[in-house]
Amino acid sequence: MSATAYGTPSTLRHVGWVLRGNPLTALAAAGAALLLFVGVAAPWLVPYDPIASDVAIALQPPSAAHWFGTDQLGRDILSRIMMATRLDLAIAASAVGISFLAGAVIGAVCGYRGGRLDRTVGRVVDVLMAFPLFVLAMAMVAALGNRVENIVIATAVINLPFYIRFARAEVNVRRNAGWVEAARAAGDSHLSVVLRFLLPNILPAMAVQISLNLGWAILNAAGLSFIGLGVTAPTPEWGIMVAEGARFITSGKWWLVAFPGLALMLSVLCFNLLGDGLRDILDPRMRT
Amino acid sequence: MSGAPPDGASPGTPEEAAAAAAEEVVRGTGGTHHTGVLSGIGRRIGRRLLSSLPAILGVVVLTFLLMRVLPGDPAVFFASGPSAGQEEIEALRRDLGLDKPIPVQLLRYLGDVATGNLGRSLTTGQPVVTDLRQRLPASLELTLCALLIALSLAVPLGILAALRPGSPVDHAVRFVCTLGVCVPTFVSGLLLIYVFYYLLGWAPDPTGRIDIFAATPPDITGFLLVDFAITGNWEGWWSAAMQLLLPACTMALFVLAPLARMTRASMLAVLGSDFVRTARSVGLPRWRVVVVYALRNALLPVLTIAGIVFSTMLGANVLVEKVFSWPGVASYALDALLSSDYAPVQGFVLLMASIFVLVNLLVDILYGIADPRVSME
Amino acid sequence: MTGMPPRAGSAPPLLRIEDLRVAFSTRNGVVEALHGVSLDLAAGRTLGLVGESGSGKSVTAYAVTRLLDRAGRVTGGRVLWQGRDITRAGEGELRALRGAAMSMIFQNPRAALNPIRSVGAQIADAIRAHRDMPMREARVRALDLLRAVLIRDPEHRLESYPHELSGGMCQRVMIAMAIACEPELLIADEPTTGLDVTTQKTVMDLLARITAERGMAMILITHDLGLAAQYCGDIAVMEKGLLVEQGPSATLFRAPHHPYTRRLIAASPTPRSTIADLARAAGEPPPPAVAAPRPPLPAGTPPLLELQHVVKDFGGPARAVDDVSFRIAPGGSLGLVGESGSGKSTLSRIICRLLDRTSGEVLFDGENIGGIPARDFHRSPFRREIQIVFQDPNDSLNPRFSAFDSIAHPLRRLEGLRDGAALRERVVAAAARCGLSADLLGRFPHQLSGGQKARVGIARAIAVRPRLLVLDEPTAALDVSVQATVLYLLDRLRREDGMAFLFVSHDLNVVRLMCEQTVVLRAGRVVEAGPSEALFESPRDPYTRALLAAIPHFDPAPELQAAG
Repeated sequence: MSATAYGTPSTLRHVGWVLRGNPLTALAAAGAALLLFVGVAAPWLVPYDPIASDVAIALQPPSAAHWFGTDQLGRDILSRIMMATRLDLAIAASAVGISFLAGAVIGAVCGYRGGRLDRTVGRVVDVLMAFPLFVLAMAMVAALGNRVENIVIATAVINLPFYIRFARAEVNVRRNAGWVEAARAAGDSHLSVVLRFLLPNILPAMAVQISLNLGWAILNAAGLSFIGLGVTAPTPEWGIMVAEGARFITSGKWWLVAFPGLALMLSVLCFNLLGDGLRDILDPRMRT
Repeated sequence: MSGAPPDGASPGTPEEAAAAAAEEVVRGTGGTHHTGVLSGIGRRIGRRLLSSLPAILGVVVLTFLLMRVLPGDPAVFFASGPSAGQEEIEALRRDLGLDKPIPVQLLRYLGDVATGNLGRSLTTGQPVVTDLRQRLPASLELTLCALLIALSLAVPLGILAALRPGSPVDHAVRFVCTLGVCVPTFVSGLLLIYVFYYLLGWAPDPTGRIDIFAATPPDITGFLLVDFAITGNWEGWWSAAMQLLLPACTMALFVLAPLARMTRASMLAVLGSDFVRTARSVGLPRWRVVVVYALRNALLPVLTIAGIVFSTMLGANVLVEKVFSWPGVASYALDALLSSDYAPVQGFVLLMASIFVLVNLLVDILYGIADPRVSME
Repeated sequence: MTGMPPRAGSAPPLLRIEDLRVAFSTRNGVVEALHGVSLDLAAGRTLGLVGESGSGKSVTAYAVTRLLDRAGRVTGGRVLWQGRDITRAGEGELRALRGAAMSMIFQNPRAALNPIRSVGAQIADAIRAHRDMPMREARVRALDLLRAVLIRDPEHRLESYPHELSGGMCQRVMIAMAIACEPELLIADEPTTGLDVTTQKTVMDLLARITAERGMAMILITHDLGLAAQYCGDIAVMEKGLLVEQGPSATLFRAPHHPYTRRLIAASPTPRSTIADLARAAGEPPPPAVAAPRPPLPAGTPPLLELQHVVKDFGGPARAVDDVSFRIAPGGSLGLVGESGSGKSTLSRIICRLLDRTSGEVLFDGENIGGIPARDFHRSPFRREIQIVFQDPNDSLNPRFSAFDSIAHPLRRLEGLRDGAALRERVVAAAARCGLSADLLGRFPHQLSGGQKARVGIARAIAVRPRLLVLDEPTAALDVSVQATVLYLLDRLRREDGMAFLFVSHDLNVVRLMCEQTVVLRAGRVVEAGPSEALFESPRDPYTRALLAAIPHFDPAPELQAAG
């Protein structure tokens, strides 16, 4: 009752204050919202059928009819980019969701328990993190099969160590804090301390990490499909579109690569800037 | 206060005696200190190698499992062709040990890896080890050059930004870094090709390591820049360098951000630290404060990040090598992967694992030399 | 403003500060930290700059040496060094002064030394900053300096790194660096805060001897009146960016003029102060029951808490707690004192059942609660009987809980109170007893002051009406005036509720004030135990005697003690 009753107006005001003082974050938030909207509403928004090919108008530069030009099969690039938003966001979001849930819990438990379990997990995580992760993702997709859900799993797995390490470090600095011991003195079990006290406390910091990781996951998924893993050809996807356009870059057909590349870049940029902005908003010390 | 101490400030001692005493001190303790550090590093290397054994073993087992859960039967791939009869496949299965229980197969595989037998590539028809050995220098040359470019840009930029936080320089550095990390390597590579090859014509044809019309390079180390330099073929060296420049820059651009950000952050933290304040309070010149006190400490975390960045680059190799048709190990593994030829993929993953262990070891040794606190534990 | 009178017609003083103003640009605009401070320091004199946090005492020193951080700026007034105005001096001119004319030593000496450079090299750096000499010669000088600051085995220590030295040794190295170029002024900024009291004494004695021998002037910045009184000839008291009073320490403590100085002196616990003094310092009526000692419990009353041969072994070379036994009567109070590493915090965690003992018995009300594993103790009915107040008010409150939720939490968990009028009533009542008004309850920790946070922590602990309250250095992070009010509050609560106290502290004066019994711990073992009065009057053990002797003290005027 009390926390929310007292907290909400000041939080909203604080968010407003931070956004006003930091227009870049506001812009990033708007961009992320736009991405989400396009992802959901793409089928109703696209000007052309993203799959239908028409060789007669293949490889046309941007024009009034086709804002982003057409590709080698005469498909409208703008429509394909919009349709791809849905798939790319879905892959990134589900991968980050899985690794966040698993990583936060594993990391929090390790950080709180300490001891041998913590050392072992910490060691494994260190090894995983230093390993060329893209290679690991490649190998996993190859092993599990060339399907979209395996791209999600591979991306989730290579993100996992970051969450574990992050949650572990955040919990570790708090495990001996007075308020954690106070919770135990007030009758909370270890489990309840982790779930009700430590996890909510590290959530803001994790939110920053989630936002940054979303960008990273998009890059990863696009990279995998660029090299021909995961999503297969006619499906509109940013990575594949770049891969298909690559053949025409040396003959000067830049729009095949540039526009899906721009979509990738802007979406990653949005999430990165949003992450940086979130860090400011969620830091309670900055409230007055 | 107990016991009057020999007051250092009063010049009671004869000059020579003091100098001699000091010399003895410097030599004596300096010597033991030095051997202490060296033996400390030796112990660290040993311990690190030992502790990386499980990691290597884990990767070997992983690649083994990879092979086993992969779709399709290896025996079918190894058989003479699609027309191979059931008996031939069965014979091959026995030959490959695929009829044995999994643990036995694992042991066999471990034995193979230990003796350097990584199987044979179906695509090239050569042993995987031979293929990897031929192509590794291309990948390493690319990655190392990219790392060099990235470090030589990121560290000065990070320092500049930290010395003037909030200044235009700081904002510019942050802007470049933010953009760099957002553009995927395969897009920035293609755009660089468009600008520098198609539009400006400055860069050579973005395929391979050397111009197809150029003389074949001598094969000494496999690193073209080194080989051309050894033979004194500067024309060849120049052409190889030009071929290398775009892919290396592509990769460098991608890792610029983490390096510059880390340099800036750790430099800022160190500049605000108590011991830099101490250095200023005794009147040390500014350059000495910045270089000896701040920079040396600030580079420690950068070293760690550089290790992680290097292994990120090994992964990014896959994309860059594909964009620039670079004949490295990553594109080799990728081609094999896409044509369901799995032995090269296994070999590649193992190779990456070993390189990453070596890189970590190197970072560790450098850290041990640079930071006395680490060599203690 | 009472500036020190300039000495008649002679040369200008070593350091003169005239109407100095310093402002910091912060997120919330420009904040002035010094509102016009003036003082003079003659060569060879020692000045103690005292005040509570935020008084501007450190800012003054950093403004003189111009080591203010980037956000700080001198906005008015002048700093004169031997008559020369250095307020607008360039970085090069200041560099020539720093180390050679005036030098500094800092709080937290280990962090103040470069962690990856040997101490010998760092001292040599300090020498070579102002003396043109080769490295080899500088090292000879460095060795001499290490001898001068009484570092044992100096030849070997030259090659040591800061992490290999203790905090006290690091501070000696700092002193060696500061005196390397024979400056005329040494500014010591809380040089012994965070060091144990015995280490504090050796470091301060060294500092006093070195400055005296070399005729250096010293400014000692400290929050500890006793320290300033003992080591400084003159005292300047600062409050909220203003210098409120200054004078020779011999007279200032006897006859303070300014009301703030009087409050500060009254609030500082001395070997003779009482709870009634604290009440006065807190501006509250003296406790009615203070004169009459508690009626003695009837003989044969079983103790509330009894420890029998408690041992805690973390697997290190030595036991953290080694065979400790003592008992606390119902409503009694016991102080646990010791320096860092004495095991007092470990022991308090064991008694709170947050940590398991290795062996021995912990009896509460005759029940063996030591046998209940700490991980299951939250289900024990004894959980609400033993509560704890933590050291650092900043980290003892959940940053995501409002004050209300922090206090309500134990009531919800241990008394099963759900949200509603009953819960609200209990929370408000507990808060009111701790001097927190209801309108503060909606605030989050970062919106509360240090003293308010400490009160929330106490309200949380007493809300469930425990019979034993463990206080783990409850005032160590607070300013003395806040400490006085909190100590007074704690004493009142104990009397009202008949709670027993286990009071863990490194501050012997506070323990003497608050506790009937005292146990002195050293390296996990009980060195001496007994009634506080007797123990402090005539300590038997040499360690207790050394501890008591090391406390810096001042003698306030008798009339202040009596009349206030």
